[in-house]
Amino acid sequence: MLTLESVTYRYAGAPRPSLHDVSLELHSGEVLGLIGASEAGKTTLCLVASGLAPRTMGGTLTGRVLVDGEDTAPLAMHELAGRIGIAFASPATQLSGVAATVYEEVAFGPMNLGVPRSELIARTEEALTALRIESLADRDPALLSGGQQQLVAIAGLLALRPAHLVLDEPTAQLDPAGTAMVAAALAGLAAGGASILVAEQKTDLLLGICSRVLVIDSGRAVLDGPAAEILTGPQLADLGVAPPAAIRLRRAAVNASLPAATLARLDEAIAHAMPQ
Amino acid sequence: MTTALAVLAGGLLGPALLTAVAVVVPAVIGRIFGRLLRTALLLTLPIAVSVLVVNLFFFPAGRDVLFQLGPVTATAEGLEFALETLARIGAISGAITLFYLTTPPSELVLDLERRGVSPRIAFVALASVQTVPALVERAATITAAQRARGLDTEGSLWRRLRGVLPLAGPVLLGSITEVEARTLALEARGFTRPGRRTLLWWPPDSARQRLARWVLVLAVPLLLVARALGWLGWLN
Ligand SMILES: Nc1ncnc2c1ncn2[C@@H]1O[C@H](COP(=O)(O)OP(=O)(O)O)[C@@H](O)[C@H]1O
Ligand SMILES: [Mg+2]
Repeated sequence: MLTLESVTYRYAGAPRPSLHDVSLELHSGEVLGLIGASEAGKTTLCLVASGLAPRTMGGTLTGRVLVDGEDTAPLAMHELAGRIGIAFASPATQLSGVAATVYEEVAFGPMNLGVPRSELIARTEEALTALRIESLADRDPALLSGGQQQLVAIAGLLALRPAHLVLDEPTAQLDPAGTAMVAAALAGLAAGGASILVAEQKTDLLLGICSRVLVIDSGRAVLDGPAAEILTGPQLADLGVAPPAAIRLRRAAVNASLPAATLARLDEAIAHAMPQ
Repeated sequence: MTTALAVLAGGLLGPALLTAVAVVVPAVIGRIFGRLLRTALLLTLPIAVSVLVVNLFFFPAGRDVLFQLGPVTATAEGLEFALETLARIGAISGAITLFYLTTPPSELVLDLERRGVSPRIAFVALASVQTVPALVERAATITAAQRARGLDTEGSLWRRLRGVLPLAGPVLLGSITEVEARTLALEARGFTRPGRRTLLWWPPDSARQRLARWVLVLAVPLLLVARALGWLGWLN
C-alpha cells in the first residue's frame, strides 16, 4: 500500500505550495486514476508519490509518504527505486540513452541496483513479456515509435519490480495508435493485479482501467471515489476535465431532445462500456 | 602501446618494423588495411609534410648538402631526421587508427567499467557516444520544420549559414530542458546508487588478446633498458 498523509509540497523557490494537505491510499492491486486541469498538480503529486520530490527536485515537504506502512523519509532515491516506479509523459527522455538495444534498456534499472546477473536476465525477460514487447528486444530504442518507447520505459520500471507504479500522463505525447498501445498495456497490467497510480487527461482511457479516481484542483484533492461514479458525474467539467466521450455524447443527445427509446439504447451501450 | 614502443625504439628501422608487425599485419588479417591506410594518411599528411619540409631544409646540425632550392639548402642529416620522425608518426597514427577502426566506443566503455572505472564516468562516456546520432537527428527534424516554414537551409554558403544559425537555439535549448527530465528518469531507476553495477555483457577478451597485451607491456621496459644500454645501435 502506498499512502500519502496530509502532504503539502512546495517547489524550491516557489511562493506557494503546489500540493496542499493531500492524503491518498493506493492499495495493492488497485488502479487509481488521477485527474485535474493543467497545472492542477498531477505531475507534482506523481513526483511526491515516487519520492523524486523532494529528493531530486528539492523543495519542502510536510506530511508523510509511506510504503506498506513504512515512512519513506529516511530512504535514498535508489532505495525507493525498487519499491515505487515512475514513468513520465515524454517517451524519449525516459530512455537511459546508453542502451543500444531494448533489452539493455529494460535491464538498465536492475543493473544499477546491482542485482545478480542471472536475476537481471530473468527480470528483463519477465518485463518484456509482461508488456508483450519481446519482439522489440534487439531493436535500437532511439528508433522506435513514441508508443513503443513508452512501453519500453514501463517495462524498464517493471524490471525494478516495484510494489507500486506511478505513471504521469503516459499517453500525453502519443498519437492515437501509441495511446491505444499503452492503454492496452495498462489494462493488461491492471488485470494482472499491479497497483498503479495513473495521471491522465484522457478520461476515456481511465474508464476502462481504474477502479477509483482522485480529482485534484489547484493542488487540493477535491473528489475521491469509484471511477464510474466520478467520471460520469456532473462535476468534472467545472474542474477543467473533459468527461469521457460516451458521457459527452449522452449529454449532447439529451440536449438535442432525442426520443426516449434512442436515449435508452444509448444508455445501454454506455453501461456496457463502463467498468464493473 | 605500439605508440610508446615506436617512440622508444628510435631510429628508422625500429618504428618501421613495429608498424609492420603491430599495425599492418593485424589490419591485413582484419581486412581493413585499405580503410586504415586512407584514414591514417588523411590524419597525418599535414603534419608529415611540414615535418619533412622543416627538417629537410632547416635542420640546425645539417652539414651534408643534398641540393639547393633558392635561398634554402636541403641537408642529408635533415632528411635522415625527418624520415625517423615520419616513421614514428606513421607508427603512432597507424596504431591509433587501427584502434579506432577495430573498437566500437560502447565496447571500450563497457570493458573499462568491467575493469573498475566508475559507472558514472562510463555513463557519461557512453551517453555522449550514443547521443550524437540523436542530436544529429533532432537537428534534421528541426531543419525540416524550419524549412517547411520557409527557412533557407540550402543554396549558397551565406544563405545556408543564415538558415542554420536559427537552428542552434532550438537544438541546444531542447537538450538543456531535457536535462531535468532525464535526471528524474535516471534517479527513478536507481542510477545514483553507489557501488558497481551488474553488467549484462562485456566484450570477450581472449587468451590471445591478453597475451598480445602482456607482450607489448613487457616490451616497453625491455626496450627502455636496451636503449639506455646502447644495444639498439644496429637499428639505425
Ligand atoms: N519545477 C517547478 N517549480 C516551481 N513550480 C512548479 C514546478 N513545476 C510545477 N510547478 C507549479 O506547480 C503547479 C502544479 O503543476 P503540475 O504538477 O505540473 O500540474 P499538472 O501536472 O497537473 O499540469 C503549477 O502551478 C506549476 O506552475
Ligand atoms: Mg503534468
